[in-house]
Amino acid sequence: MTSQSNTLNRRDFIKLSTGSTAALVLGLSWSCDGNRVAKASNATFSPNAYLEIGSDDTVRIVMPRSEMGQKIYTSLPMILAEELEADWTKVKVIQGDLNEVFGSQSTGGSASIRTQYDILRKAGATAKTMLIQAAAASWQVPVEKCYASEGVVYHKDSKRKSAYGKLVGQAAKLPVPTEVTLKDPRKFKIIGKAYKSLDGRSKVDGSLKYGYDFHLPGMLTAVISRIPRYGSELEGMDDSAALTVPGVLKVVKVSSGVAVIAKNSYAALEGRKKLELTWSPGPHASLNSSQISADLNQALDRTDAIIRDDGDVEQARRSATKTVDLTFEVPYLDHAPQEPNNCTAHFHDGICEIWAPSQNPGNGFNAAKRITGLNDHEIIIHTLRMGGGFGRRLQADYVADAVEVAQHSDSPVKVIRTRDEDIKNGFYRPASVHRASAGVDQNGAVTFWQHQISGPAAGWHGMITGGATEHAYAIPNQKISYSMSDLPVPIGAWRSVANTQTAFVNECLLDEIAIKSDQDPVELRRRLLKDHPRRLGVLNLAAEKANWGKKLPDGHAAGVAVHKSFQSYVAIVAEVSQEKSGKIRVEKITAAIDVGTVINPDGVRSQVEGGVIMALTAALYGEITIEKGAVKQSNFHNYPLLKFSETPVIETHIVKSMEKPTGAGEPPVPPTPPALLNAICALTGERITRLPFS
Amino acid sequence: MEKVTFTLNHKRVTLETDPETPLLWVLRDELGLTGTKYSCGMGICGSCTVLIDGNARRSCRLPVKSVIDKEVVTIEGLGVDGLHAVQNAWVEEEVPQCGYCQSGQILNAVALLEKNPDPSDAEIDRAMDGVLCRCGTYQRIKKAIHKAAEEVRS
Repeated sequence: MTSQSNTLNRRDFIKLSTGSTAALVLGLSWSCDGNRVAKASNATFSPNAYLEIGSDDTVRIVMPRSEMGQKIYTSLPMILAEELEADWTKVKVIQGDLNEVFGSQSTGGSASIRTQYDILRKAGATAKTMLIQAAAASWQVPVEKCYASEGVVYHKDSKRKSAYGKLVGQAAKLPVPTEVTLKDPRKFKIIGKAYKSLDGRSKVDGSLKYGYDFHLPGMLTAVISRIPRYGSELEGMDDSAALTVPGVLKVVKVSSGVAVIAKNSYAALEGRKKLELTWSPGPHASLNSSQISADLNQALDRTDAIIRDDGDVEQARRSATKTVDLTFEVPYLDHAPQEPNNCTAHFHDGICEIWAPSQNPGNGFNAAKRITGLNDHEIIIHTLRMGGGFGRRLQADYVADAVEVAQHSDSPVKVIRTRDEDIKNGFYRPASVHRASAGVDQNGAVTFWQHQISGPAAGWHGMITGGATEHAYAIPNQKISYSMSDLPVPIGAWRSVANTQTAFVNECLLDEIAIKSDQDPVELRRRLLKDHPRRLGVLNLAAEKANWGKKLPDGHAAGVAVHKSFQSYVAIVAEVSQEKSGKIRVEKITAAIDVGTVINPDGVRSQVEGGVIMALTAALYGEITIEKGAVKQSNFHNYPLLKFSETPVIETHIVKSMEKPTGAGEPPVPPTPPALLNAICALTGERITRLPFS
Repeated sequence: MEKVTFTLNHKRVTLETDPETPLLWVLRDELGLTGTKYSCGMGICGSCTVLIDGNARRSCRLPVKSVIDKEVVTIEGLGVDGLHAVQNAWVEEEVPQCGYCQSGQILNAVALLEKNPDPSDAEIDRAMDGVLCRCGTYQRIKKAIHKAAEEVRS
């Protein structure tokens, strides 16, 4: 495979696509003005904002979402290239900046493949259709007698052929068709293949630039001494010592604290150490995790809303032969991407230009607008590569930092965070507590299911309830409800959002009722999911591949869980053992995933492996606690990640499917911890209901 | 400010700097070599690993004065003619997800293979255990190390 390069200037591309807003009304982002493109250059053909073909045959594909490790930098272009019948070795990818022609550019909810599939197919097919038309016209043969393959148009009845690059001038003069025929998926040549990442080499030779690596001539670097407790305010500042540090240029107050602007990172960090700041205790100085937990547990007794109410749970409880009542509790979690948050901004020529490693550049744009009061056309935001995101970079707090600091400078300023700042100033997966119960009748049929959720939700109950009502188990009497609390700790979407909590509760509760009623956990699930073929599909595949029910080595046990999230289905079988010390060892994870049509199977496997590790980290170690109104954890010594020696064998099996494609980034996360905990319960008899458990 | 001289990616470099500056910031900010990453700043995670006289060392807390007259190799200088066998194995196995920690992973793997050309899984675990990857690429790293080891031996 060729390595990537971003040879096309980003601004050129904005120019190419700005004329296409009107076309958005049609539902897709067409650039209808073929003549304009032809006039702009005879050397290129760009029928829409997603691609441009050069006279040298190069196909430049714009990737309109953000890349943070999920490999859409390769898989999204694969979709377009498939319909374009492109020569993959000629494909180059350009990160698309914020541009209304692309619609929402928020990269989250495992939605990139799901939402871009039809759009990119149509974009590729449109260009191919026009290239074939151009060739047919020049050969004066019927269009039907021509076809395209690997970047070349052929005439069936003669040996005539023409590479795409030779056709760009003619194709650019043609009207853009509004209706095009898409390929029969059975004829896909690129989609479904384990293509290597186009940027793979740049990730191993040090050449790939992330936000932290971004550089502009004359750029300054700043770090912020941040508000130390929620709600605390600056009362006094002595910056005289900081200003004596060589390289420190300025100390400025911003909303999130006090910024030290310097010539380089080291000077800024040394300057920050010398700041003398006094802060008010603030209104939350006594806030701590045990109080939060007590309050959330107390709020379990209050119901704000019922989100599922089937049959009569109370009646079913009275007639159940066996019941299970459990209380589950999970802590706040930080995303802790490997690259701490950072952003660069520069005020020049009456505009505010921003370079943000962001999952949601629209959010950053809005923050800049709010801070500066500038008009839309006076703010430019570029999307940079991210060293991980996991939902953290959907927020715009770090963009706001850069914009506020850069307002004090004529030079571009990069505001970087150190690890402790990043962990202590997160938007955390909410802590939550859950009261859950279920029961069976004398035949072992599950007759009722009750789940009350309590947690901070920032006004949107989906932050704590997402996935709770979607377990699909055929249980006649169900009641699912919640109570929301307001807490000063910021919360946000963490890889798979509330599914991390609700899958934990659903799948452990069901496992417990299987144990109590002497039923095999896989068999019970099969019965309860008989009308849900895709859930059954992953369950059966994982069970088969893990040899469910066969004898395991002495001292080993297995557990299972299945969960649907973001329209993808995942089942996990976890195998565990126990060391003499009592420490649990995760031996093997067998995952089955159904994401519909698979774009890049290796990309799916890679996301399953990553999701499993992140979920195991959360189950074993993940915990953000609050002490005296502030986050206690600060770095990987007290917010540890799973290590090599703790990594199980992870085996991924992908369901073959012709359904519409869906994403793989988040769905492997939710079922992993419950499968693990169910395995531990099978091995030790202990039902773990609080995370983390190690 | 003092003059500091060392060998960087097979070339002598001399620069005027505060000798207490961590090597990481000298590489990144003063020499423009951004393949060496900042991640934890406390020598916990290994993303800032460089080779110093062939040994894997964390550069985020290491004052530049301590590498005077030593040989420093960063990810940019690892491959002499094209990519190093370990880098090739990384590409072949599609190891990186976000890729941010991978310079550190690769340099730790190179140092391991220098000392132990045929490491077992347990030996890889021991040598690599402190090198963290939030994306969770450990399984592929292990496979790539075995692959590179085979490549180097043959």
